[in-house]
Amino acid sequence: MRLPISQSFIERNAIVLLIATLITVAIGGLVEVVPLFTIQTTVVKVPGIRPYSPLELLGRQIYLREGCYLCHSQQVRNLRDEVARYGHPSIAAESMYDHPFQWGSKRIGPDLARVGGKYSNAWMYQHLIAPRSVVPESIMPDFAFLAQHKLHTEELIAAMKTNIDLGVPYTQADLQNAMADLQAQAFPNADHTGLLSRYPKAEIVNAKGGEITQLDAVVAYLQILGRMVNFANPAVERALQAQGGK
Amino acid sequence: MPPRASSRAEVLAMSDLALGSATARFVTAAPARRFDYNEDIVRKFLIASMFWGVVAFFVGCYIAAELAWPQLNIAPWFNFGRLRPVHTSAAIFAFGGSALFGTSIYVVQRTCRAPLWGGKALANFIFWGYQFFIVMAALSYVLGFSKSREYAEPPWHLDLFLVIIWVAYLVAYVGTLLKREEPHIYVANWFYLAFIVTVAMLWIVNNLGIPVSLYSSRSYSLFAGAQDAMVQWWYGHNAVGFFLTAGFLGMMYYFIPKAADRPVYSYRLSVVHFWALIFIYIWAGPHHLEYTSLPDWTQTLGMVFSIMLWMPSWGGMINGLMTLSGAWEKLRTDPGLRFSVTAVGFYGMSTFEGPLMSIRSVNALAHYTDWVIGHVHSGTLGWVAFITFGAFYYLVPVLWKRTGLYSTRLAAWHYWISTLGIVLYITAMWVAGITEGLMWRAYDAMGFLQYSFIQTVVAVHPLYVIRLLGGIFFLIGMLIMCVNLIMTVKSPSTARGNVPGAALAAGA
Repeated sequence: MRLPISQSFIERNAIVLLIATLITVAIGGLVEVVPLFTIQTTVVKVPGIRPYSPLELLGRQIYLREGCYLCHSQQVRNLRDEVARYGHPSIAAESMYDHPFQWGSKRIGPDLARVGGKYSNAWMYQHLIAPRSVVPESIMPDFAFLAQHKLHTEELIAAMKTNIDLGVPYTQADLQNAMADLQAQAFPNADHTGLLSRYPKAEIVNAKGGEITQLDAVVAYLQILGRMVNFANPAVERALQAQGGK
Repeated sequence: MPPRASSRAEVLAMSDLALGSATARFVTAAPARRFDYNEDIVRKFLIASMFWGVVAFFVGCYIAAELAWPQLNIAPWFNFGRLRPVHTSAAIFAFGGSALFGTSIYVVQRTCRAPLWGGKALANFIFWGYQFFIVMAALSYVLGFSKSREYAEPPWHLDLFLVIIWVAYLVAYVGTLLKREEPHIYVANWFYLAFIVTVAMLWIVNNLGIPVSLYSSRSYSLFAGAQDAMVQWWYGHNAVGFFLTAGFLGMMYYFIPKAADRPVYSYRLSVVHFWALIFIYIWAGPHHLEYTSLPDWTQTLGMVFSIMLWMPSWGGMINGLMTLSGAWEKLRTDPGLRFSVTAVGFYGMSTFEGPLMSIRSVNALAHYTDWVIGHVHSGTLGWVAFITFGAFYYLVPVLWKRTGLYSTRLAAWHYWISTLGIVLYITAMWVAGITEGLMWRAYDAMGFLQYSFIQTVVAVHPLYVIRLLGGIFFLIGMLIMCVNLIMTVKSPSTARGNVPGAALAAGA
């Protein structure tokens, strides 16, 4: 077979070699990545998915900062034992507002895709502060310092606006009420009606001493994981099957 | 060694290239003039690489110990989650990257018979810029500014800074290729060039995002969820494919023929190896996402191409090993070559294991377990680090103009202690990974899951201790090499002029 361009020609022309290499390595990525943005069934919209509440969003930042993803995946694979252990297989819609995704690559600890609601808030606080006080064999680091650090909220509005730029559907009302929602979610005695209308199922945590700590935010984030979609709702399965995606 | 003395061996290494292109022009074209190669920059990168190697292996041992004894986590800076990116970045970018920069700049000048384009200033900018990037990246992880993309954790300011350094490197490299006095570009340079170009493409696309503000370290990834996962593993897998494979294959294609004093086994195989490898590798990313909510068609493509990748990988391994035909006895006397050849062996093993693990039913068991960690380390310790050690044992006497290594006995100690370390590491991780995979999916007689997650953590504890031991062995080997190479430079016993006529004994 005679190729239109010979190896001998390519290897005598540095720029040709450079361009030929770039074309060769670009093909695979183009074929695998681009259709994910054009094929509708890549992410099937299901009822229940919503953006993170302000407190969850900031809690997620701490989850990223501490490198939790290095030991905990957030992806229940479609395998019998994983469904038995963790729950319904993860669906693409559940991470559609995750910039970046946190599916992880290693389970030094268990998967967290559906950890929300599995444990009480009190257990979550205690486990993060001193893991071995509730699970003696645990090898997780202590995160007691999170309880001593105030949650920084200066960038909250800018962060939500950046998410809007990326396609996360925060509304003007969400932006206007962001600080109020943050406060409401952190204190059990606050009025939660506005918060829960904008962010259904948001877990009210218990900030002690009048100040919201980083730990409060992490607990709020962990407690929503996997709870947005109600898989007992037949509309969810119908949507998945009708659109032939996952 | 004076550059001219090396150019004949250079031509020897390239002579099958000459056959392939049906011209023997440059075999006779060895010029009688000296070249002003920039070797200073190569020396700097070599020193940096050795320093970062010690750092990377030490931090690796420390985080391995944290997994065995969690009390070692010192919050917040030295928690596992913050130190693990320090280990991976130090190993891949600092140790491996500095070795690639250094050897590629050495190789491109010699095989093109042209000094590095851009002069000393550009070379120094690349060196110090890259070292600055490494230090800042490590600090950013420890201080809590991670972007949390695996192997691409630095915050966005640093991502942009690295692009500048990388473009400068590409310009210097291609500039040298354009100025070459050899008609053909030698095969090692194809691989180095593919490494530079592809890593630039991967790095830029994977790190696309929008910063919260110009003054904020925080940015949000342009992609989300399933698409973001695909982009990240397109990057992540090809960081392995092009940073840790193609770049180091460039090293293999230069230093093995040089040390063995033999031409590359097959020019034709080099051509097939190169194009097939770089074409197929890029597709293999989705094997990190099997059974997930990524669409099945993408997963299947990833798996199929991963299996196909076995063939070009082994083609390259055969090309490297067979280059020693007729020179196998050198393995007994040349400790550097022994490292290089063992590296190619580990390359063959890892590139068989990888396709195996990408098969869906195997992946169901292996994914998320320590088997993956073991696989990565058989590649990084066995292939990447060993091929680098081989190049260093060859290069240090050449670059510092010494008659040979300070001690081949120390080099032999390094070889055996490191090999033992790798064997301990990867066997411990095989056993741990398969234990985890089997315990996670075990059912009891009533049809319930037999083990809680924490029982699997307890089960692998002894294997984590053995893994740490393997890592310590590898670190000790590295320290032995550092002592040996420092003494090679400093000791009067290897000084030029001590041994009459020994100028070429360094490994030319």
